[in-house]
Amino acid sequence: MIDTAGPIAHFIGFAGLLRRAGFAVAPEQTMAWLAAIELLGPTEIADIRRAAHATLAPPPERFAEFDALFDAHFLGAISAGLELEPSEDEPLHAAEDSLVGPEPIFGDEPRESGAKATAAERLSVRRFAPGGEGETLRRFARALPRRAPRRRGYRWRSARGGAGTDARRMFRDAMRHAGEFLRLRHRKRRLRQRRIVLLIDVSGSMKERTQAHLAFAHALVRAADAAEVFTIGTRLTRITRPLRLRNREQALATASLVVADWDGGTRIGEALGAFLAIPRFAALARGAALVVLSDGLERGDSTAMGDAVARFARIAWRIVWLTPLAADPAFEPRTAGLVAARPYLDKLGDGGSIDSICTQVLNLASERAAA
Amino acid sequence: MAVRRTIVGIGSPRELEEALRAAYYLADAELSTAAYLALALGKPLLLEGAPGVGKTEAAKAIAGVLGRALLRLQCYEGIDAAAALYEWNFPRQMLALRQQSEGAGQIDIYRDEFLIERPMLACLRRPEETVLLIDEIDRSDHEFEAFLLEFLSDFQISIPERGSIRAYEHPVVILTSNRTRELHEALRRRCVYHWIDYPTPEREMRIIMMRASGVGERTARAVVAAVGRLRREPLAKLPGIAEAVEWAEAATLLNEQGARWPEAFRRSLGVVLKDEDDLVHVAPRIDAILVEAQA
Repeated sequence: MIDTAGPIAHFIGFAGLLRRAGFAVAPEQTMAWLAAIELLGPTEIADIRRAAHATLAPPPERFAEFDALFDAHFLGAISAGLELEPSEDEPLHAAEDSLVGPEPIFGDEPRESGAKATAAERLSVRRFAPGGEGETLRRFARALPRRAPRRRGYRWRSARGGAGTDARRMFRDAMRHAGEFLRLRHRKRRLRQRRIVLLIDVSGSMKERTQAHLAFAHALVRAADAAEVFTIGTRLTRITRPLRLRNREQALATASLVVADWDGGTRIGEALGAFLAIPRFAALARGAALVVLSDGLERGDSTAMGDAVARFARIAWRIVWLTPLAADPAFEPRTAGLVAARPYLDKLGDGGSIDSICTQVLNLASERAAA
Repeated sequence: MAVRRTIVGIGSPRELEEALRAAYYLADAELSTAAYLALALGKPLLLEGAPGVGKTEAAKAIAGVLGRALLRLQCYEGIDAAAALYEWNFPRQMLALRQQSEGAGQIDIYRDEFLIERPMLACLRRPEETVLLIDEIDRSDHEFEAFLLEFLSDFQISIPERGSIRAYEHPVVILTSNRTRELHEALRRRCVYHWIDYPTPEREMRIIMMRASGVGERTARAVVAAVGRLRREPLAKLPGIAEAVEWAEAATLLNEQGARWPEAFRRSLGVVLKDEDDLVHVAPRIDAILVEAQA
């Protein structure tokens, strides 16, 4: 049905253009679009545009951008302010911890070397010394399974009492006993631990704390049923895998090799945006408890940070931002980034010490219940 | 992909637009294109938009145009298969078993008469007679959304006691979401998508004139202007199209009973703004807004 010549290649080219501009377009959507164009017949460009809206489904807040790309591709219009690539800055990288092995990922990306690296992106390797908060973290790990936030699962399990009766089970029992109901059975929804997603700011301004934060992350990953850890700085790196190692020193050493942007600049907004742009990562945040350890000192665009946090608020179950600055009781967010993000946060709390971070994470579930 | 070019005599988006207008629903070209494509390509139609822009109304109108029954599944937190798919009628099964033990012979208690159909099953079994509306999916849990994805890709469900049931043609399915949270990418991908925005003043006026009885053109124009102004305020609940229609009707009624114009609008404000905080918020400026709207 589809031949790859002429106009069809042009349509398929538009799908490719959308992908390069960061729209998620699946092959089945492209096919639906082509089928739609065939269906509507050779009419006006407006029909093709409407079909594109309906089948390629750009998110509403990006309609203008989508239309601009459409115009550029099909009408050859060059609209002002349309940039396919973010101009001066390099696009923010997201790194994956696919290798648990010893090879550091940062070494094999040629773009990062020498002259190409921007001033803000100082790539460095860091060594971890075991922190002094061992006892606090051990207590945290013991308490977490009981106090971690839970969600209701889709499956049922039998229960001793409660409002829900298990008609299906009772009925099956009754069939075994010549149609007599012998006892009332109950059921309730199975509970599962909610995923906890931890984002750790590793920029220069958080330098003294990153080590302790990673030790905390290790305790979290080991103790929780479902937890994910990412570092954010000038780039986004997933470090859950290395942190799963039992031995803390080994885990932190491996993690520190994966992260390439220690103590660099801060582009939190962009890093969060990169997180959301990768569907696999965004799916991790869905319905999760999101904990951000950061001072919120954003060098980049503060509106990007506000927008990203707003999107997180629609995806995640709860967002807690822990900043060391809030150790001071008179703390009020002043940086533009944090002010923009504030309305979407469920809590802006004290992240000044490992002790307080442990308490905040253990209280995720109970605070939600009280709210 | 099974493509049906013509459905109940509707062979293009414009014809669908005409048919929807006859069913008292004013669709713009974007919506009628999306709806036509969904019908023709046999894909679900996903309508997103703020509350009160007419998503559910659109589904009702489409069902009306197709001459099919609308099966509505209202989503909520904790919705499960028993509410969406089917449930066994346990009391009737029990009774049948009792009768059987009194000597009425063998009986199959998993026959149709013991099955309580819920909307999704009903739509699978009678795809040519029904339109399934899955309303406000953003309220349901993620697990239900994942289950829905499975349903929407195969149009098949399995009942352990009966085996699987499959629709012999793609049913018409319309999903709506208020976008209080984002839906799974995979779900959006599977659907034909349309974002319903608040209508242009011109179109909203035509909607009011069409929907409300006995509302004058000047009244409609003033309501549209005032409602448009209110939608720019930071309100907890923005007035939807239904509110605009009701406001025009309420104000016309009060006016017929002797209230003068700006006064009639002000006294019927409770039809538009249904939140105490919102009323307090606009109170200082409402007179100015109404005068401006009437100009």
